[in-house]
Amino acid sequence: MRFGVLKSLCLVLTCLALLACGGRESNVVQGNRSGILHFGNGAEPQGLDPHVVTGIPESLIINALFEGLTVKNPHTLESEPGVAQRWDISDDGLTITFHLNPKATWSNGDPMNAEDYVWSWRRALNPAMGNQYGYMLYPLKNAEEFATGKIQDFSDVGVKALDEHTLQVQLNTPTPYFIQLMDHHSTFALHRPTIEKHGKATDRFTPWTRAENIVSNGAFRLKDWQLNRRLSVEKSDTYWDRDRVQLNGIVFYPTENIASEERMFRVEQLHYTQTIPLEKIPVYRAMKDSPYANAPYLGTYYYLLNINKPPLDDVRVRQALSMALDRERLNNTVLHKSNVPAYSITPPGTLGYQPPKVFGHNIEAARELLAEAGYPDGKGWPGLELTYNTSESHLKIAVALQQMWKDALNIDITLTNQEWKVYLDSVDQMDFQMARRGWIGDYVDPNNFLDLFLCEGGNNSTGFCDPDYDDMIQHQAPQAKSREERYAIFHQAETRLMEQMPIIPIYTYTSNHLIHPSVRGLPPNLMDYVNFRYIWLDKNQEAAE
Amino acid sequence: MWRFIVSRLLQAIPVLLVVITVTFFLIRMAPGGPFDSEKAVIPEVKAALEAQYRLNLTLFEQYTAYLGDLSHGDLGPSFKYPGRSVNELIAAGFPVTAELALYALLVALVIGGVAGVVASLKPNTAQDYIPMSVAMIGICMPSLLLGPILILVFGVYLDWLPVSGWGDSPGDKILPAITLGAAYAAYIARLSRAGMLEVMSQDYIRTARAKGLPEWQVVSRHALRGGMIPVVAFLGPAFAGLLSGSFVVETIFQIPGLGRFYVQAAFNRDYTMILGSTVFLATLIVVFNLLSDILAAWMNPRLRNQLRAQ
Repeated sequence: MRFGVLKSLCLVLTCLALLACGGRESNVVQGNRSGILHFGNGAEPQGLDPHVVTGIPESLIINALFEGLTVKNPHTLESEPGVAQRWDISDDGLTITFHLNPKATWSNGDPMNAEDYVWSWRRALNPAMGNQYGYMLYPLKNAEEFATGKIQDFSDVGVKALDEHTLQVQLNTPTPYFIQLMDHHSTFALHRPTIEKHGKATDRFTPWTRAENIVSNGAFRLKDWQLNRRLSVEKSDTYWDRDRVQLNGIVFYPTENIASEERMFRVEQLHYTQTIPLEKIPVYRAMKDSPYANAPYLGTYYYLLNINKPPLDDVRVRQALSMALDRERLNNTVLHKSNVPAYSITPPGTLGYQPPKVFGHNIEAARELLAEAGYPDGKGWPGLELTYNTSESHLKIAVALQQMWKDALNIDITLTNQEWKVYLDSVDQMDFQMARRGWIGDYVDPNNFLDLFLCEGGNNSTGFCDPDYDDMIQHQAPQAKSREERYAIFHQAETRLMEQMPIIPIYTYTSNHLIHPSVRGLPPNLMDYVNFRYIWLDKNQEAAE
Repeated sequence: MWRFIVSRLLQAIPVLLVVITVTFFLIRMAPGGPFDSEKAVIPEVKAALEAQYRLNLTLFEQYTAYLGDLSHGDLGPSFKYPGRSVNELIAAGFPVTAELALYALLVALVIGGVAGVVASLKPNTAQDYIPMSVAMIGICMPSLLLGPILILVFGVYLDWLPVSGWGDSPGDKILPAITLGAAYAAYIARLSRAGMLEVMSQDYIRTARAKGLPEWQVVSRHALRGGMIPVVAFLGPAFAGLLSGSFVVETIFQIPGLGRFYVQAAFNRDYTMILGSTVFLATLIVVFNLLSDILAAWMNPRLRNQLRAQ
């Protein structure tokens, strides 16, 4: 028996030695030769139905498989022709006419037409569908009424196929960002016969998105989907602009564990990682020709203040808490300089918009405000609880801020962590005093951040309600004649918001990726938007580190 | 023997029913639901989603409906992965997890068994202390730590083995199996050492030695069978533990097994997935405990005769 063990041990060692000498070729080297991009995609996609899914991993894959009426240029984020060759906007801004590219086809060869959009938007808005992103189409006339069941007749909704290749859209109010929304997956056209073959149009459970069934219209088509392993797409030979597509395929890997993802990148199993562990940032930043790419991202990390609960019902307390924080120091230490300190809800530079900075780091003023509110040097402070969802980075930030509050104002903040769904429930029920929050923009426009704090805003979660603010966001801004005028209204509204301080902005997000030097045509941008059509692999670039 | 097996199987039914009931109501008591997300969902959408998953019924109606589906093997649709059924997710993940658990068990048996037997032959000498100290380290070292260390050494620095994946490139099953098996190897080493020590002091071993058998034959022919009984009794629970406990290793090595689905299901409040995998794993644990009891009975002559006499 012992001899047998020895023998098998020898065998294992021999195998190891053989493998070592075999000189395995990495995915990156292989991929560069065959034009296949190996892409770390974060979580396993929940599904691929564009009217069902909500996450970023899903949207990345869907953007490879499908194409909207417009797409974004990854360098400028301006809208470019997708299925629509061009579009006209009427002078009052209420009617948009999309002219579809006659060459646009589905991956099974069927031509695309305007009627596809009418049918698909009806599906996307149908209340029975339970589409969580249905609101993307709410700028359409009567769309919200249809989605909430107030009207039953879809022909009242502002979308019409004028002829095979002309789609006309009626809006409620002029909506400058509507063209941008045509790039969001919940506005995509889907192939009606395929969906109806596998069930009712509004069924969420049908297998129409499986590799053997799916029909899509994008630059790539689904080749293979192995649960929790990988999802592969290959270049489509029916895509209208196929001659400009340079990749032959993409392999998406579910990389939930970011430490494992980083190791996969290190041994060249991946061209691209979805993120990077915080503590690795200094290491990669120090490298020559670093693969680390860090860019501003359209999202804000902030703390919600429940302004109905004392002591936060006093605006001076809210302002004192916010002014006492040294956001620069937080970013330089805990966050490894990977983010940008924030003093407003809207990220700076959101399509040219610069938010107001109504306060800064000012301990003296913070102390005075707190004293005025009745807590001089923290005396009589009733205590305050900060709730955050369990995560190491949220904890680190909370501990650092807790200390800053103690040092600056001599007040105690207690930290409570809650598991994700429990935390969501607490925030939803307004069962907290102060809670961590992040908001990532769906489209590049200040409106996407400022309408959070409308009185009736579903994501307001602070108790803040100011009718004048609502009027500016909902009525004055849409009627503005120019971008400058519109931004001036937003600026005024945001100033009002930040003076009331229902939230404490902490930092503006950045996107953080590791990108192999052979990957070209993948520029950083504010939306962290990837347009796979632009990407190519440089075969001559092989050294990774 | 048959009566023993049948009665144990019958006992399993109420056990499973209790597991299902407790799990069903326990997950409903947890705050938050499957459709809560950071972005507020309008009431109409939420109602439509709940209707599609029968969440609009009363809790008791949902419970009976679930038992009804379960009686013909339907575990329901997943909440988190629309378009996929729980049966399908388990069918995709379980074979991988089972394979991983099997290799890990082999690793544990080979390393642990050898270490335990070697240690037991010369108790309280260096030959005993060294393997047993290593075993202690194995028990104490969590796979959370061992996995990344093995990856760094063999995957990144030496570049001998892949750092992740399962069945994608040659050798990618080696490191996960060792990582998962290590802690169990340590337990097995301790169990087999104790079992062997007890057996080696028995009269029949002295008899075997007295008739002049060489020591290695005494060990391999006579002592091992008796000395390994505690190990065999441990195999059933160990395999079940490996199956349900492989989550960490699956995450570290990006292995598409059941463990990842199972743990994420709890975080996502994927009710049907939590229930389905719990029922599935509970059934397996019952079966493996039964199997190891039968095996242990077969290896122990006294118990075997007792059962035969019944």
